[in-house]
Amino acid sequence: MSKTVDRHQDLRLAGPELEYRGIDSISGPLVVIRGVRDVGFAERVEVTGPDGAVRQGRVLSVSEEAAIIEVFQGTSGLSQPGSRVRFTGRPFEFMVSAAEVLGRIFGGLGQPLDGGPAPFRGEPRNINGYPINPVARAYPRDFIQTGISAIDGMNTLVRGQKLPIFSGSGLPHNRLAAQIVRQARLPGEQEGFAIVFGAMGVRHDEAEEFRRSFEESGVLKNVVMFLNLADDSTVERLITPRIALTVAEYLAFEEGMHVLVILTDMTNYCEALREVATSKGEVPSRKGYPGYLYSDLASIYERAGRLTGRPGSVTQIPILTMPDDDITHPIPDLTGYITEGQIVLERTLAQKDVYPPINVLPSLSRLMSDGIGEKRTREDHRNLSSQLYAAYARARQVQRLAAIVGAEELSPTDKRYLTFARAFEQRFLAQEEDEDRTIADTLDLGWELVMLLPPQELTRVREEEVEKYGRSHGKTADTGNKEQPAAP
Amino acid sequence: MVSGPVVRARPANGFSMNEMVEVGPEKLVGEVIGLDSELATIQVFEDTTGLRPGTPVRGQGLPLFVELGPGLVGEIFDGIQRPLKELRQQWGDFIHRGNIGTALDRERLWPFTPLVETGSQVTPGQKLGRIPESRGVDHFLLVPPGIRGTLRRIAASGEYTIEEVVAEVETEDGGLLPLQLYHRWPVRKLRPAGRRLLPAEPLITGQRVIDTFFPLAKGGTAAIPGGFGTGKTITQHQLSKWADADIIVYIGCGERGNEMTGVLVDFPRLLDPKSGHPLIERTILIANTSDMPVAAREASIYTGITIAEYYRDMGYDVALMADSTSRWAEALREISGRLEEMPAEEGFPAYLASRLAAFYERGGQVTTLGGERGSVTLIGAVSPPGGDFSEPVTMHTKRFVQCFWALDKELASARYFPAINYLQSYSAYGQRVAGWWGERVGGEWNSLRMEAMEVLQEDARLQNIVKLLGEEALPDDQRRIIESARLIKEDFLQQSAFDPVDTYAGPDKQYLLLGVIMHFIRRLRDIVEARIPLYQAMDLEVVAELHRAKFTWKGDDPQPFSELRTRIDQAMDAILRRQAEPDHTAIIGEEKL
Ligand SMILES: Nc1ncnc2c1ncn2[C@@H]1O[C@H](COP(=O)(O)OP(=O)(O)OP(=O)(O)O)[C@@H](O)[C@H]1O
Ligand SMILES: [Mg+2]
Repeated sequence: MSKTVDRHQDLRLAGPELEYRGIDSISGPLVVIRGVRDVGFAERVEVTGPDGAVRQGRVLSVSEEAAIIEVFQGTSGLSQPGSRVRFTGRPFEFMVSAAEVLGRIFGGLGQPLDGGPAPFRGEPRNINGYPINPVARAYPRDFIQTGISAIDGMNTLVRGQKLPIFSGSGLPHNRLAAQIVRQARLPGEQEGFAIVFGAMGVRHDEAEEFRRSFEESGVLKNVVMFLNLADDSTVERLITPRIALTVAEYLAFEEGMHVLVILTDMTNYCEALREVATSKGEVPSRKGYPGYLYSDLASIYERAGRLTGRPGSVTQIPILTMPDDDITHPIPDLTGYITEGQIVLERTLAQKDVYPPINVLPSLSRLMSDGIGEKRTREDHRNLSSQLYAAYARARQVQRLAAIVGAEELSPTDKRYLTFARAFEQRFLAQEEDEDRTIADTLDLGWELVMLLPPQELTRVREEEVEKYGRSHGKTADTGNKEQPAAP
Repeated sequence: MVSGPVVRARPANGFSMNEMVEVGPEKLVGEVIGLDSELATIQVFEDTTGLRPGTPVRGQGLPLFVELGPGLVGEIFDGIQRPLKELRQQWGDFIHRGNIGTALDRERLWPFTPLVETGSQVTPGQKLGRIPESRGVDHFLLVPPGIRGTLRRIAASGEYTIEEVVAEVETEDGGLLPLQLYHRWPVRKLRPAGRRLLPAEPLITGQRVIDTFFPLAKGGTAAIPGGFGTGKTITQHQLSKWADADIIVYIGCGERGNEMTGVLVDFPRLLDPKSGHPLIERTILIANTSDMPVAAREASIYTGITIAEYYRDMGYDVALMADSTSRWAEALREISGRLEEMPAEEGFPAYLASRLAAFYERGGQVTTLGGERGSVTLIGAVSPPGGDFSEPVTMHTKRFVQCFWALDKELASARYFPAINYLQSYSAYGQRVAGWWGERVGGEWNSLRMEAMEVLQEDARLQNIVKLLGEEALPDDQRRIIESARLIKEDFLQQSAFDPVDTYAGPDKQYLLLGVIMHFIRRLRDIVEARIPLYQAMDLEVVAELHRAKFTWKGDDPQPFSELRTRIDQAMDAILRRQAEPDHTAIIGEEKL
């Protein structure tokens, strides 16, 4: 997209600026105004109440009789006769230039919160963005080392991927996200990521913790934060991730930076969407969420990737809390259908004091297979990861069985699986918050664990790999079927 | 009125139902989907931001159509057949909106060879000329359906653009019908064919669990339902790569942009095992990614199937993948909601079932109007919310398809791929294609797969006990079943899409591999009957060889398989012989403890 074309497109969306006095009706976050002329669908409006405060809004539907407007900062304080509505004739836009946004903190609608000026240079950009032409995409392949074994070893992240964290309330998703931000880099490259942080309905202390973590790791000057906090307007949350991604796309595709976008908490975003849909009296689909939740989420998550012939990338790590820890709830469900995998946190692991409590079994990175292997990570990565999956899946079955029949009743092989499970959770999954493991460390550790199993159980790895990587780590390889003492 | 993708307009001079329209100065493409005395309801296939009441809407005088002619193969189009490569030339890396002209290139010259002489009598569907479209695909100029008469003129061999008139047919009523290399066809109207045939030839996909256990036939219909991340897309990609069809139409319907990019990157490099040419030269891509407008998602399915029927009419076997039909159904739901129609189950419109039926009905093997055989095989992914198959789209789809490949979350999370659950899946073609396998591949095909399936089913019963009591609790003759099923699962059913050898298994390899595995399983019975502990057989080196077989041999040579069979016999016989020397057995037994 060249700038001139983009500009041209935006002009085409433009209509006249108009101002109306008085509102016909107010219901929840929506206001209706009748008798309007020449108002465009989805254009930005400003609603000024009798108190003089200006609220931002957007046209949700328009006919010859009336326009329905969603008001982002809420409708309280508005009154029917005393309010004014200005139609701007333009879609919602954000002005962006790198120098003016990096290191800054903005509100959920893009208003400066740090005392600095509003960005005024650069181009106003339509915050809804435009779909990327699949022909223009470059397939993401560059391995990002996060230093976290459960991710690097088994759910590898690549540059340009969208990989959400599925969490539950009270689980350490924020700590995990902050650790990823601190540690993420391409092995062998100095250049780090620019961070775009979009918060939707998060608590003050959570936002502050993120800011502090960015500050402590010295990346703050490369961070842009958009904060819609828990006590801010809910409808505003519909705008926040879109502004964040507009900035991310600009930094990546115009300025050539590698951008990591953290969006949290997408559950709050979806609830805001439901609230507006309900106010409009739309027919809901599952759990009261609108039928277009999938398309709406896709219009956010698809704004990630790489473009051929352009140096930058947008990598997205959205965070969502699963209501009732239920992965089949529409929010995680539809997210999983759009994103390129998911990192799933599990309460039972957290209760065993495993940090990060990543359950690898329901987790997935769909771009992993192209980002790993010889020259990228290591030749044995794919098979080792597959073996760890198979083994841990079986080990969990054995754990269930052991809970029924008692560990003593298990077969020797099953006992080895129990040992494996313990070692896997305590040594592979669990790590310190400041522990940054190289990919080689992670893979070596993985080998050490699979070598706890009897050799005939290793059906997913090749004999040569066992020879080359396994034997050097596993202490048990040549002892055949004999029982092994539990790993430390 | 403008609300998302739906616009209501007062037609200036009357629209007709399903008419294509242009909305506003940017000429956004739309379609009339409802008419009443005052207002026309229009679904707009592009972003409607900024549209305002009073915007002019112009009727195009014809229903939503696609262009059919040379230049489709190897291309990628959006849901309403806008060429995406061309779009990128004009607009850059992001997709904007507005009409940019035509689907097919008007300038390009195509080599044309006439096949019929001037003066001949011609009938509907007859091939008039040949246009090599890619290295693998010859395109044919056909007499349109319903047209018969005398060929008054046909162009000489040479190069022509698609707009040049290359033939003229004098019809029976005396009119003269000019034919160009391309024509337009309304997407919602099925292209006529002759007789429907009963599909009996398998569509070989190179995927063992499919071809051997739940086979698809040329002209058949299949659904792949599964929760997110269970392998619908990978399966469809595998089928697009390896299925022995002549033409692949792949519709990315409301799915990820990177998945389309992946196809665009991989397919020019991979070779079709049948023709030896790059796969892209038999592939047509339709992309409505999830961030593209939702109305065009609804249209994309029809765009794809109309193109598929067009190549079928030339006598080709076409396979169409739709990923995912659920997104299409949801697009229907969204539009229906905006129309404020009365919703039926889960907010879907009441006509969901009939739309699904009509889609799958467009598949089939037929005699073409020209008297050849052609087929359209339909493979639809289904994405049930929460992975729950009792939802409307899965339930209705199940009524209209003959193959059902149920993907299983548990299997996927253990990275057991393809995660096709062999207890829930089925194919109605198994018996019908057995003849083909018996003749072409091997006489035991049907009995082998039945025998293997029996083992798997018995295993499933035993697993219920194992879950409660552990494998230890079972006697050896039952553990034999468990071990046998494990061999079938790990060494035959599991197949990695990413392994260079394992990714494709031709019919011979499938037959040989299952044959040798079942041979081992039969011999295992001898061991248990001789009261020899099972592990003695399971620890044999030949078991490791069985594990490796799928990664090593391509199946073009039966020798390694028969040699392995011999080694299995030797090893088993050796164990049985040692049984006669009791001392020896005792020592081995102790070692095990
Ligand atoms: N045959 C296979 N061999 C190896 N890996 C596979 C296979 N099938 C699926 N996978 C793995 O499973 C992952 C998910 O598969 P896929 O993208 O096809 O899921 P899906 O069902 O299409 O999900 P969604 O509905 O979200 O699009 C892949 O990225 C890959 O890692
Ligand atoms: Mg998919």
